[in-house]
Amino acid sequence: MALTNRSKTVTVRELTWSEKLYLPAIFKGMMITFSHLFKRTPTIKYPDVKREIAPVYRGQHVLKRDEAGAERCTACGLCAVACPAEAITMESAERKKGEENLYREEKYASIYEINMLRCIFCGLCEEACPKEAIFLTDRIVPSSFTRGEEVFGKDKLVETTESPIDVTLRQRPEVLEFKKDKRHYHNRTFKDAKPRINKHH
Amino acid sequence: MDAMLIYKLILCVLVFVVSLAMAAYMTWGERKLAAILQDRVGPDRAGPLGLLQPVADGVKMFMKEEMLPGKSNRFLFILGPCLFMVTACMTGAVIPWGSGITINGVLYPMQITDINIGLLYLLGVVSIGVYGIMIGGWASNNKYSLLGALRASSQMISYEVAMGLSLIALVMMTGTLSLGEISRQQDAGLANVVYQPLGFLIFIICAFAETNRAPFDLPECESELVGGYHTEYSSMKLGLFLFAEYINMFISSAVMASLYWGGYNFPFQHELGLEGNTLAILQTVALFAKIVIFIFIFMWVRWTLPRFRYDQLMHLGWRVLLPLSLANIFITGIVMYLMGKLN
Amino acid sequence: MLSEYAFWFLSFVAVFSAAGMIFSKNPVYSVLSLIITFFAVAGHYFLLGAQFLAAVHIIVYAGAIMVLFLYVIMMLNLNKLEEEKRSLWSKSLSVAAGGILMLVLLAAVQRTDELNSIAAGEFNAAMGQTKNLGNVLYREFLLPFELASVLFLGAMVGAVYLSKKELA
Repeated sequence: MALTNRSKTVTVRELTWSEKLYLPAIFKGMMITFSHLFKRTPTIKYPDVKREIAPVYRGQHVLKRDEAGAERCTACGLCAVACPAEAITMESAERKKGEENLYREEKYASIYEINMLRCIFCGLCEEACPKEAIFLTDRIVPSSFTRGEEVFGKDKLVETTESPIDVTLRQRPEVLEFKKDKRHYHNRTFKDAKPRINKHH
Repeated sequence: MDAMLIYKLILCVLVFVVSLAMAAYMTWGERKLAAILQDRVGPDRAGPLGLLQPVADGVKMFMKEEMLPGKSNRFLFILGPCLFMVTACMTGAVIPWGSGITINGVLYPMQITDINIGLLYLLGVVSIGVYGIMIGGWASNNKYSLLGALRASSQMISYEVAMGLSLIALVMMTGTLSLGEISRQQDAGLANVVYQPLGFLIFIICAFAETNRAPFDLPECESELVGGYHTEYSSMKLGLFLFAEYINMFISSAVMASLYWGGYNFPFQHELGLEGNTLAILQTVALFAKIVIFIFIFMWVRWTLPRFRYDQLMHLGWRVLLPLSLANIFITGIVMYLMGKLN
Repeated sequence: MLSEYAFWFLSFVAVFSAAGMIFSKNPVYSVLSLIITFFAVAGHYFLLGAQFLAAVHIIVYAGAIMVLFLYVIMMLNLNKLEEEKRSLWSKSLSVAAGGILMLVLLAAVQRTDELNSIAAGEFNAAMGQTKNLGNVLYREFLLPFELASVLFLGAMVGAVYLSKKELA
């Protein structure tokens, strides 16, 4: 039974005289390789020349700070929930007095780790984030010698105030509009939540 | 006479140096051409276009650790690659590299020695070349090396037969064994390949087999024999084996150009109206152009054709090329008889 | 003068490497010594003006026959190669065979006086060149030459017959 219409019945048949001579086949093959002399090599010499990437390219994550330089992440855990690869883990902590310039809200992530070996760079964490804290950037995750080095902590994820990572490409109007749509559960804030009616039975 | 002796010594050194330089840049050319044929870039880190790659490779070869396998025969292990290299370099002595330069009315021929058995000398040196591989492979005390050596020797002996017989037809036609004389004859007439197309085809196939180049590179067949006869070799001893292969390629290209493709002669060379020495230099350039084309064909074939199976190799050598070369001798003889060229 | 030095040098090399071929314990060294002997003998041919003979000597003996010798020796397991116990019968036979060869050689050496008596003027230096050799071989000695090639053909047929297992 043929599964496709491309299937071909193969039989071993006697070679014809010209096939037994092999020379025509050899010259045919030689001409094929010769034609490759005039073909452009598709190689991109990576460290010297960088490949042009798409504007929606999803690379290494960044944890953004706000305009005042405080971390935006509140360790709500929505990104970890959204993550299909279960690559994100975090621990939350309460902001102490005098740390207002470090953390924007009263709760923050004391530990925030992304396992880059598990991450599939789908960008769902970015979509899930209600605080505009996590973004995927056009940076390539560097390789390493051990698996442990590929678990990125806050030291590698949080941007520094001196060199903020530009994510304006990721904050297109339609994305921002999407973030405001309260019909999505993960876009609702505490204030939007409808008061729950206690049912008595 | 003394001036001639000094000139010959200089020519010896020059041929040696040019062979080595050609071999070095053939390694670069091979890698570059392989890359281009496979739509890759190839070596381009060392110098512009990777032109310093042979230097880097040479330095690497010399700096690497010398390894001698345990229980191997130390003397023979070192003798093997040396012998292979020496025989590879010896063949350049009878090649006519040009017609000759006239200085103060004395003609200095651009050939180290024009012995009247030049072709036999070539065959003799080629047949000695197999010892380097055999001794090296056996002394390694490794079964892969031994198998590679056995393959190499049986292959080279088998193809020497067809090669010698294909040359006999050429010798019948030209009536001389001297390469210088054959080159001069082609100045007057057409290139020998016009009269001996089958002989040339047999010769070039045998040249591929004799130099252990693809598709006849079974002695170093990495899919079965790790590295063949040079499995146990490292550093410059391995380098000598690989280098000698390229020198063999260079010399066999030169032989093919001299015997079949007019040697240093090029078309319409006497119509240009050039002086003796300018013409001689142009002729040498023409010979080198022919050699480069043959080297290109060597590499082009290597990166196109897959390797033979061993029984196919023996079948081709003994049951196709040998009868063909005998038939070629027969046809040449008949044609010469009909044209009344036999006395 | 130079050729005389070359003669003595080649003779020493030939004799010493021949002795080395007999006395060395390792068969591979024996083969290599024999190859050196062949080269020295080829050098002698060259000195005598027999260039063709020298080249063919190298091609046939050093290039083909000794390669096959080496081939066979490599296939043997050298570690197990010990001196076999030979019977008195085979020993005496080999002595006899060697003695006969010795006699032939001695007879040949005795005749060198005859050869020396040929005047220097009669010796043709160009005799050993390929063209003259071919003329002599194919005109004067055509029949012995062809008979020798028939002998080779017989040997080849015999070898092929022996290698065919189902026939033997």
